[in-house]
Order: sequence, then C-alpha cells, then structure tokens
Amino acid sequence: MRSSLALEGDGDTWKLELGGDWSASALGEIVEQLDSLPPRLRGTLTCDWTRAHAPGIGPVWALLTRLGAANPGSGELRILHLAAPSHLRFLEDLRDARAEPAPSAPCDGSGGPIATLGRWSLAQGLRVREFAAFVGRMVAVLTRALSKPRALRASSLVRHVQETGIAAVPIVSLIAFLISVIVAYLGAQQLRLFGADIFVVDLTAIAVLREMGVLLTSIIVAGRSGSAFAAEIGVMQLNEETDALRALGLDPIELLVVPRVLGLVVALPLLTVIADAMGLAGGGLLAHFQLHIPWAQFVNRLHAAIAPSTFWVGLIKAPIFAVLIAATGAYRGMQVRDSARELGRLTTLAVVQSIFLVILADAVLAVLFVRLGV
Amino acid sequence: MIRVRGLVSRFGGQVVHEGLDMQVEEGEIFGIVGGSGTGKSVLLRTILGLKRPEAGSVELYGRSLDGLDARERAALVQKYGVTFQNGALISSLTVAENVRLPLREYRTRSPEALESQTQLCLAMVGLPPGTEEKYPAQLSGGMTKRAALARALALEPSLLFLDEPTAGLDPISAAAFDELLLYLHSRLDLTVVMITHDLDTLFRTCGRVGVIIDGKMRSGAPRQLAEDPHPWIQAYFHGPRARAAQEQTHG
Repeated sequence: MRSSLALEGDGDTWKLELGGDWSASALGEIVEQLDSLPPRLRGTLTCDWTRAHAPGIGPVWALLTRLGAANPGSGELRILHLAAPSHLRFLEDLRDARAEPAPSAPCDGSGGPIATLGRWSLAQGLRVREFAAFVGRMVAVLTRALSKPRALRASSLVRHVQETGIAAVPIVSLIAFLISVIVAYLGAQQLRLFGADIFVVDLTAIAVLREMGVLLTSIIVAGRSGSAFAAEIGVMQLNEETDALRALGLDPIELLVVPRVLGLVVALPLLTVIADAMGLAGGGLLAHFQLHIPWAQFVNRLHAAIAPSTFWVGLIKAPIFAVLIAATGAYRGMQVRDSARELGRLTTLAVVQSIFLVILADAVLAVLFVRLGV
Repeated sequence: MIRVRGLVSRFGGQVVHEGLDMQVEEGEIFGIVGGSGTGKSVLLRTILGLKRPEAGSVELYGRSLDGLDARERAALVQKYGVTFQNGALISSLTVAENVRLPLREYRTRSPEALESQTQLCLAMVGLPPGTEEKYPAQLSGGMTKRAALARALALEPSLLFLDEPTAGLDPISAAAFDELLLYLHSRLDLTVVMITHDLDTLFRTCGRVGVIIDGKMRSGAPRQLAEDPHPWIQAYFHGPRARAAQEQTHG
C-alpha cells in the first residue's frame, strides 16, 4: 500500500486526501510527494485522514510544517482535519512553540585572501607558541629533576623501557636480520660481476652499523610506540584524566610525557645495538651459505672494513631519534580534544611526523658527520 | 512487551543475576533500581541483546532474542530506542548527524525528509534551534541527555530504554527531564524502561518499579514496594532522601 496525497479544489476550498501507508517508514516517500503541493495556499483546507494507515509522527510533522510554510503567518489558510491522528495536536503545539530557526550567524570566514592569510599566519604563530611551551615545560621538568630526582618517576620510566624496548626486541631483530640479508644478497649479485664478493662484508657492515640499524629501529619504534604514546595520552585527554592530574596539582608533562621520552631514550639505543648485531649476523650467514666465505675470513674482513667510529656514528643518533619520536607522539596526544576522530587524526599525524623527523634528522646528521670527517 | 524469565548472568566466578524474572507491560513506565554492582546495566544490556545470558530467556514483543536472523534483528532494533548513561553520542558527528544516523540507515536518504525528522526530534526533546550544528563536546550535560533521547526517538520507537537519564543533572534539569518524559509518554504511546537512582524521578514518573536484590527482582508500584521488609528496600525508600522525595510528590 503506497502512501498517497491528493489535493483537490479551487480558489477557496481545498481538500487534501491522505491515503495509504503513513507510518514512520514511509517518511521519505511522503516528503517527496509533499513537493507537489503548491507553494502558497489560501482559503480553507480540509485534511482527510480517514484513509491514511497508521500515521506516524514523522510524516504528520512533515505535512504540518509544509502546510505551515504554505501559509506564512498571515492566517489566510484555515486548516481543518478529518479523523485526525491522535498525536496531531501534540505536533501542532510543538510546531507553534518552536521558534523560527535563528538565522545562521553571519559568516566570519570570508574577507578575501588577505584575511585568510592573516588567520593562517595567526594559527601558525599560535601553533609554534604552543609547541615552544610544550618543549619548555619538558625542559623545566628535567631541570627540576636535577635537584629532585623523584620527579623522574623511576617506576614509570622502567615500565616504558619495558614496553617500548624489551617488548619490541623480537620484531626489531627479525626486521634487521631480514633487511641485512636482502642487502647482502642483492649486493653480492652486483659485486660478483667484479669478482669482489668479499666486499659484501664491507657493504653490510657499514650500511647496517652507520644507517640501517638505527634508522629501521627508529621507524619501527615510531610506528609501535609513537602511536601508542599519542593514543594513550589522547584517551586520557578525552576522559579528562589530564585535567584531573592538573587539578590534583600534578604536572601531566612530568607524569606522562617525560617518563615516555626518557624511557625511549634508554630503550632505543639498546634496540639499535640489538638491530646492529642481528644485521651483522644476517650478513654473516648469507656470506657463509651463499658466498661460501668462511667465518674467520668474514670476521677479519669485518675488522678491516669498519673504523672504530662506524658503530658509534650509528648509535649516537639513537637517543636523538628517540626524543623526536617520543616528543612528537606525546605532543600530538596532548593536543587531542573532544572527539574520537581527533584521536585518530592526531595518532596518524604523530606517526607520520615522527618518521619524517627521524629521516630529516638522519639526513642532517649524515651531512654533519661527513663534514666532521667521521 | 518485555518478559525475562530465570535470567542468570555471570562474570567469571561472580554471579550477578540468579534466576531473575521481570515483566514490563505495554504503556507503562518501569523503573529498575538496585545498589551499585547489582547488575542493572547488565540486565539492560542483556535485554538489548548486547550480552548473552548464561541461562534464562528474554522476550521482546513476544519474541525470543535467541535465533533471530540478521533481518529480524534489524527489524526489532527499529522498534526500540536506547539512551546510554553518558549519552554515547558519536563524538565526531554533530547532533543532527547523530539523529540522522539511524534514519539514514533504516528509513530514507532524502535530505528534506531527514531535515524534517531531525527538526521534529529536536523539537520533541526541547532542544533549541541551532543545537543541531553543535558537536557533542560542546553540549552541557542536560543537552547531551536530550540529544541522546532525540536520537533514540528518531525511528519513532514504541519502546524506550533509558540508562540513568537524570544522573549528573542539576535538580531543575532533572525535573524538566521527568516532565519531558511524562509528556512524551502520554502523547506517543511509549513504553519506557529506565534505570535510575533518582528517587524524585522514580516517584514522579514510574508506574512500577523493580528492585534487584540478591540477583532477583522484586517489583511493584513504588508505594507498595516501599512496604517490603527487606533491609535494602527499607533503607532505599525510607532513608532521609527518600522521605523528602515522597513528600514532594504526594504530600
């Protein structure tokens, strides 16, 4: 039974016959048909509900507001109802009580490109200030910790070392191992052309120790822990837990951010050492089984290939990357406001930005180390 | 309308309900009370089918929840509306989008129809025009509860479940919410089941009340139930706060 409405009459007397399904589920269909009513009506209109089946409040409301719009205030249209649904009065009262929707506030968004540029610069300025404040508060906590070591929250720090470091050992080892096997394998294919198989050792050792060990570890940790920091702190923001801490006179930066940053500063170098070891092991295994280089020769070549600084040049980057990852994650977490969508957006941003910053810092350091001659 | 028989709910070793019976008739406002941890919300979640009971049966509209296929479930879900304790509005959608969410899914995608129904729902719960563009985080506690009710009413259900609708509201907003509920109840032929701690709400709105005690339910009209000798019921209905509430409504 389709819903229907038919308007008959002329000039002064109108009859609106409503039939078929008028229940809530027919709402879309009915609203569509309401379009066929003339925009203005005057005189007397009789709505005949006798053949409307189970009228729901939604469709009746839609009809009432439509008829109200056809009769804008002047009272030129009198509406009568025949066999009116029980909730008609209720809906009429509701419609009359509801004030005209307030005109939407004048849009302050426009104003030409200059205003847009101004607002954009202001927003950027505020963002820079916010970030500077965040870094400043972190430094303040660390300075305070010099005189009052309790501010370092040792137990929380240990927990973060466990979660970001020890728990990441398997995945970091596996990936470092596999990547160095791949590099050694592909390198060997090329070097073999020159009969220089043995230099596979140099290739893997230098690549792993200087760059790949620390870079891969940082990227894995950024994905694992940077996102976790942003999400953990973000949910605490949504639950007003950070506000509760502040109200208790505790500093969320001291309690939540600094332990995470320091924890990662401890954990990331350790993970890097493991990644280096696994990388060398991967290269060694490949050299042994694929290129048939004996262990002793591998170790000899390794000694010759790497300078004492090679390992340290890689490792020294780890704490720097750790600060970048942890601070970005925590900072984005602290920015979460109001909604679950913000949480997701900022967690994504935290990971993307920390990986970007790690690679940027790596590039800067690479140039720096070359200039320094190490 | 709702019939719960011999419900047993367990969490690990902890038994929450032990053969709980409950019956709600069409057209009444039924209040569920009980101390903290007696499983009021668990009962509600079980009736809604969000949690499977360990034993016993739940019937809604004369149909058991077990063995409904996806289509029957979808049809059943459209017959009732639910508000959760903290509103549970989707935080990334505006109030209007929250109200439209079930409509879009089950009814219509026509923008005019959605707009009409949204305005109706907001008008019914007494939210002023302009609220629809706000995000849940921008609403006060009372407005959040009203917006949640608007979403629950969007599909024009005949059965309404309210989990602590007046908790966290100031007395004036809570009283206004009571009146709103009575108003809608009398005009829309609604059956209402609500969990509440609020004695004022209980005496003002509920025709019958079920108290969960020792994993079972004792129900009756509020005055009649108040005569029950069980110490918890006595403490609940005859404590200092209860007396004031009863005097207000009947004194």
